[in-house]
Amino acid sequence: MAHTDINAEKGTSLWEDAWRRLKKNRLALFGLGVLGLFVASALLTPWIAPYAYDAQNLDLGATPPSAQHWLGTDIFGRDLLTQIMYGGRISLAVGFVATAVALVIGVTWGAVAGYVGGRVDAVMMRIVDILYALPFMIFIVLLMVVFGRNLLLLFLAIGAVEWLTMARIMRGQVQALRKQEFVEAAISLGLSPMTIIRRHLVPNALGPIIVYTTLTIPSVMLLEAFLSFLGLGIQPPKTSWGLLISYGAETMEEYPWLLIFPGLALTTTLFALNFLGDGLRDALDVRRSAD
Amino acid sequence: MNLLEVQDLQVDFNTRNGHTIAVNKISFTVKKGEITAIIGESGSGKSVACYSLLGLLPQPPASIESGTALFDGRDLLTLSESELRQIRGRDIAMIFQDPMTCLNPYMTIGDQLIEPLVFHKKVSKADALARAKELLVEVGIRDPDATINNFPHEFSGGMRQRVMIAMALINEPKLLIADEPTTALDVTIQAQILKLVADLQKKRDIGVIFISHDLAVVADIADHIIVMEKGLVVEQGDSTGIFTEAKHPYTQKLLAAIPSDTKVSALHDPKPLVQVENLKTYFNTGSTVVKAVDDVSFEINRGEIVGLVGESGSGKSTIGRSILRLLPITSGQIRLDGQDLTTLDSGTLKRTRRRMQMIFQDPYASLNPRMSVYDTLAEPLLLHNIESRRTVEQAVLKLMDDVGLARAFIRKYPHEFSGGQRQRIAIGRALATKPEFIVADEPVSALDVTIQAQILDLMLDLGKQYGLTMLFVSHDLAVVRHIADRIIVLYHGKIVETGTSESLFNAPQEAYTKSLLASIPGRNRLAS
Repeated sequence: MAHTDINAEKGTSLWEDAWRRLKKNRLALFGLGVLGLFVASALLTPWIAPYAYDAQNLDLGATPPSAQHWLGTDIFGRDLLTQIMYGGRISLAVGFVATAVALVIGVTWGAVAGYVGGRVDAVMMRIVDILYALPFMIFIVLLMVVFGRNLLLLFLAIGAVEWLTMARIMRGQVQALRKQEFVEAAISLGLSPMTIIRRHLVPNALGPIIVYTTLTIPSVMLLEAFLSFLGLGIQPPKTSWGLLISYGAETMEEYPWLLIFPGLALTTTLFALNFLGDGLRDALDVRRSAD
Repeated sequence: MNLLEVQDLQVDFNTRNGHTIAVNKISFTVKKGEITAIIGESGSGKSVACYSLLGLLPQPPASIESGTALFDGRDLLTLSESELRQIRGRDIAMIFQDPMTCLNPYMTIGDQLIEPLVFHKKVSKADALARAKELLVEVGIRDPDATINNFPHEFSGGMRQRVMIAMALINEPKLLIADEPTTALDVTIQAQILKLVADLQKKRDIGVIFISHDLAVVADIADHIIVMEKGLVVEQGDSTGIFTEAKHPYTQKLLAAIPSDTKVSALHDPKPLVQVENLKTYFNTGSTVVKAVDDVSFEINRGEIVGLVGESGSGKSTIGRSILRLLPITSGQIRLDGQDLTTLDSGTLKRTRRRMQMIFQDPYASLNPRMSVYDTLAEPLLLHNIESRRTVEQAVLKLMDDVGLARAFIRKYPHEFSGGQRQRIAIGRALATKPEFIVADEPVSALDVTIQAQILDLMLDLGKQYGLTMLFVSHDLAVVRHIADRIIVLYHGKIVETGTSESLFNAPQEAYTKSLLASIPGRNRLAS
């Protein structure tokens, strides 16, 4: 027994294990597939879109779906499918980049505050409180006025606001975890605080973080739509899902397809993200594996 | 007279992970005016059997497959939930292991005490309160007028257990089921609670079922003992018979696992490896200062195992953590091999940590749940550059051999192991850096008795093999006596008495040490 061949179960880290478990979760794989498809189409849009994004046909006007325009056209006679494809580029980029920014800052900030505790924690969390209290719109408008409107800044601005909640969640998790004996054991082994946070605390706090991340991506997409609607984000003829939805909502009674199809794109992404997020959370929780 | 007759009781569990038989066709009787002890390790089905009688098991996953349980001429297993509710708390009452989680923190104990009385007997609140006060006196709570309006957190653990007992008795039940009622308590408190249960049982002439994992605990009070293993009753009989001529090998194994010998201390190199001088560790809790460790000095010689004994709050764990510099100390000196640890800069301290390690109490909390055995054991080896990435796997396997873990388990995660196996992983991690000094903080108190004996033996073996010096922190005198060369007794952060295990047990000097020794469960019966 003591000398059984170990090679059968060799070479698995937490992430490899998680991937192995994720592969067994059909719903999560479906979510991953849908997201992959969307991302691929976003990357390839300039080559595969049926029309140019600014091609108007004012004579045509708003038409329901047809053979030439699969998803119909908007009031300027622009192809809706093309619009959704180009919009997806912006929306997905904003969603992923801004959330990534929020994730990196929030997780690091929260983990350090929660682990170090005491005065450092108090100061770090008061900073979070102060930023919470700042009116978000004023913050964004200020940024736009000072630095001018640009897409990268939009990503950063949204990310800079969204990390606050992430930091709070992470801090709560780490505070509960750091009292556990395995953290004490890590200290007594001589591990540095950063290593303890990275290897022992973050992996154990991932569950709620992943769930919150999958919720943040769609909310960031909607935030971008709101900003664009106010004239602070993307400007026509460039577009995003959020913008398409808000324009579609205005004309929903006459031209319902202008709301339905962009809405479908967004909700499909949201569902896919949720399936993937739930799957990832379960896959990363080694205790849930039945095998 | 038989109070409860259980026949052919079988309880199954159906979960996602399969079908298990938790209680397998067991039969036993509980007599009026007797204490019946049900003994078994975790997973033996002892609690499941009793909970199923009262309909306290969630069904599903549990299902009662067969059996009868005659109580007062009625079969408990066929009663409806509302009929059972009339019996629970009135005819059959329960007390549980953890008195803190079983009391509602937002209700005064007076309100909680009278609740079953008002519910079952429909008496007035004033009468009920008067009755509650009488009972509080009976369970040994002085001045009930003052305490009855207190909240649970204002009581100590032992006092809370007394309140729980009063609550169980308030409806004058015929049968009392006590599920490990003293496991969470200190030894001296445990002795008091055991005596209280025995006294009340005699005085009220009721039947008691006492569930415990520890044969020693029930040795002095039980009239009848039922030993369970893996859902089966392997042996039952009157308690004298069980202790003098146990027939079933499992019972014999349980008896053998009770540490009862005193370690004869070997001669040690009188060169001290660890020196603690005037150690003070205080905690600031808002307005007050808690003197957890108050001016303690002692030495541990190379190769020696020193037992640090005391009740909860005595500062024993704090001393261990202070020595390892896991807690900030208030003042004093701690020297390892002549080097003062209190003045080291953080870099030197980190390097020194490989020479001193810790084994923790709770193997469920001391292992990172997301790290496999390999990750856990490789971490210290890589951190201190003891092994390279290429050679580390062999070293991990060697460690696993040393602590008695099968090599095939290398990629498994902590939750896949039993408590004893987890503690082996934790011991392996502590030994990975080949330390000279180890602080073991209650390393066996979370384990079943037979596992406890295995882990103690493993620690003794490894201690020799690795040439370890050890500080063994424990509340359990019997365990310390078995493993330690020398014992230090602590009380309220101060050292009360020090001596070799033999001298301390045979001729204790201080009154506190004597009272501790007198509280060791089962000493009367097991000594003979």
